[in-house]
Amino acid sequence: MTLKMTPSKRLVRFMANNTVPILFLIICAFGIPLSGYSANYLVSEIIVRLVRNSFLIVSLLIPILAGMGLNFGMTLGAMAGQIGLIFISDWGIVGIPGMVLAMIISTPISMLLGWWCGKILNMAKGREMVTSYIIGFFMNGIYQLVVLYGMGPVIPIRNKALVLPRGYGIRNTVNLIGIRKALDSLLAIRIFGVLVPLATFILIALLCLFVLWFKKTKLGQDMRAVGQDMEVARAAGIRVEHTRIVSIVISTVFAGYGMIIYLQNIGTLNTYNSHMQIGMFSVAALLVGGATVAKANIRNVFLGVILFHLMFIVSPMAGKNLIGQAQLGEYFRVFVSYGVITISLVLYEVRKKRDLALAGQTLAAQQEVGA
Amino acid sequence: MNVGRPIELGKGFVRSFGLPRIIIALFLLSLFILAPIAGVNVGTSFSDTLNRFGMNAIMVLAMVPMIHSGCGLNFGLPLGIIAGLLGATISLQVNIPGPASFFLAILFCTPFALILGWGYGQLLNRVKGGEMMIATYVGFSSVAFMCIMWLLLPFNNPTMVWGYSGSGLRTTISVEGYYLHALNNFLSIRLTRHLVIPTGMLLFFAFFAFIIWAFLHTKTGTAMTAVGSNPVFARASGINVDRIRTLSVVMSTWLGAVGILVYQQSFGFIQLYMGPFYMALPAVSAILIGGASVNKASILNVVIGTFLFQGIVTMTPSVMNSMIHTDMSEVIRIVVSNGMILYALTRKTEAVR
Repeated sequence: MTLKMTPSKRLVRFMANNTVPILFLIICAFGIPLSGYSANYLVSEIIVRLVRNSFLIVSLLIPILAGMGLNFGMTLGAMAGQIGLIFISDWGIVGIPGMVLAMIISTPISMLLGWWCGKILNMAKGREMVTSYIIGFFMNGIYQLVVLYGMGPVIPIRNKALVLPRGYGIRNTVNLIGIRKALDSLLAIRIFGVLVPLATFILIALLCLFVLWFKKTKLGQDMRAVGQDMEVARAAGIRVEHTRIVSIVISTVFAGYGMIIYLQNIGTLNTYNSHMQIGMFSVAALLVGGATVAKANIRNVFLGVILFHLMFIVSPMAGKNLIGQAQLGEYFRVFVSYGVITISLVLYEVRKKRDLALAGQTLAAQQEVGA
Repeated sequence: MNVGRPIELGKGFVRSFGLPRIIIALFLLSLFILAPIAGVNVGTSFSDTLNRFGMNAIMVLAMVPMIHSGCGLNFGLPLGIIAGLLGATISLQVNIPGPASFFLAILFCTPFALILGWGYGQLLNRVKGGEMMIATYVGFSSVAFMCIMWLLLPFNNPTMVWGYSGSGLRTTISVEGYYLHALNNFLSIRLTRHLVIPTGMLLFFAFFAFIIWAFLHTKTGTAMTAVGSNPVFARASGINVDRIRTLSVVMSTWLGAVGILVYQQSFGFIQLYMGPFYMALPAVSAILIGGASVNKASILNVVIGTFLFQGIVTMTPSVMNSMIHTDMSEVIRIVVSNGMILYALTRKTEAVR
């Protein structure tokens, strides 16, 4: 039996559950006319962003299923992907074979990092998010150690164009000319003058299918159980720690692939910056799509990318037309990205308490009926 | 005689002090020993370390109240820093030269720190259990929000705004002519040509450290510790948990505001826009290196931690540079500080709250 709700109460509840997407719809509704961009331009930009970011964001879904919250440790996968790209640029392997090889190189690194990250998160149950966030920072230090000091003297790099003038370490920007748009232009078609890279979309669709299928497997069900209640899952004979580690490993490996897809679209690798931004933007986009720390699905991913990046595209121009400073729009979108994550995290905690109270009310109502 | 006893004692010491802390302390010690061999002036290094200690210590001290009341590590320190920046910019706008502007800045930052801290405290009371992650993002979003404000607020002191447009604050503002070295030069002692002790700044820190220490021993201070160690018990003994937690957050925020002012008067510049973005992490790891944990911290932890952390930050570039002609200090700083935070977050005994 559920507690009876009036339509107005139900509306309030719907609004409260979807605060962030509704907020974003309002921002975009104001921003689009202010920016003065044409619909055609916006659609083609959105398609570019969907191609770039969807794969990365889908990689966040599985840890959420396992109750580990938003995996800020996806930066680890991004680092692994970047290391793969540095190697193929050095070896001069171009096109699709280059991308595939980069993915193959990134896989063992991602798995190792993911396993380590999962181990640590098992030691910090209950505060996985902040821990995974710090793990990202920590590994960034190790990544710099390897890429800035190790590549050259320890790990051989032959291509002089990649190495800093001092003789070791990778340059700040690596030109990925060899694999630039390799996947995007594989099967690109034009629909109403908008370029749609079908091959990338097919790959993203395959990943989505994998996630949907995975949720139904034994392991996926185990993860759901662990996510609901660790103790109950343990009593049911599920290896809780192992399951949690596997979820992080899967997420990290996909994040690595996602990063390679992301960078082939952009075409240049910011060796020391690309990966740091990616965690924040992916998490923000997922949350904008209406996901919470405990619940996310594929619909959230695509809605999130569209809404979040619409805001991202229009805000500098809107800021310029509104106040005369494009810089203002830039700061505004940074503020909104962080603000969204803050609001979602707060709402999640508040909602958790509210749902507990609601469960209590339902129980009380039940007992009244019984009495 | 029990031969195993010293070993047992040693093990106990390692356990209580923590292996990472011992490694870091030994690392710093070896840096000081290596310094003269590498041709680095020990006097200058020590003087730099002391100076940086004074610059950062109050921001590290800002961690103490929130840790005591069980709000965890204050990753939201940028919020306090923003209050301090508002105080600093308003003080420069009022345009009173000399050290007096420093005290004006403290005066001006106080209402902002109280209001922001109160709001922040109210927010944290609604999200008990998830404070640290939310604090991080409160810090980030407030910094991003203030980026917009720095462009729009109607400041017009020519030393602060962009020259060509006449509006919008600069990214870095010099405090020369205002409170540059206001505390550093107060009673400073020059021991040798290279070794200068910034007495005023150290005394200023000591004053605040004493106040916090004394506060923690008052009735309210004890209540704060009780709330942190067992909120249910604290509520049962008639303590208003939410009020105490808010108070601790307000204190942390205000200390953060004062901390950044002390930092500026020694550094010489006000850093606006994205400047305060990552300032919480060094302060958090400093107090953890000093022996604090996610729910326990003392003034001694602050002193030891700040000294060790700033010592490493100062010493590694100079010693490393002259030893192997490579500046790896940035990498070492990232690994040490974040490694320390990770270590603290994963302690099992502390995970139960």
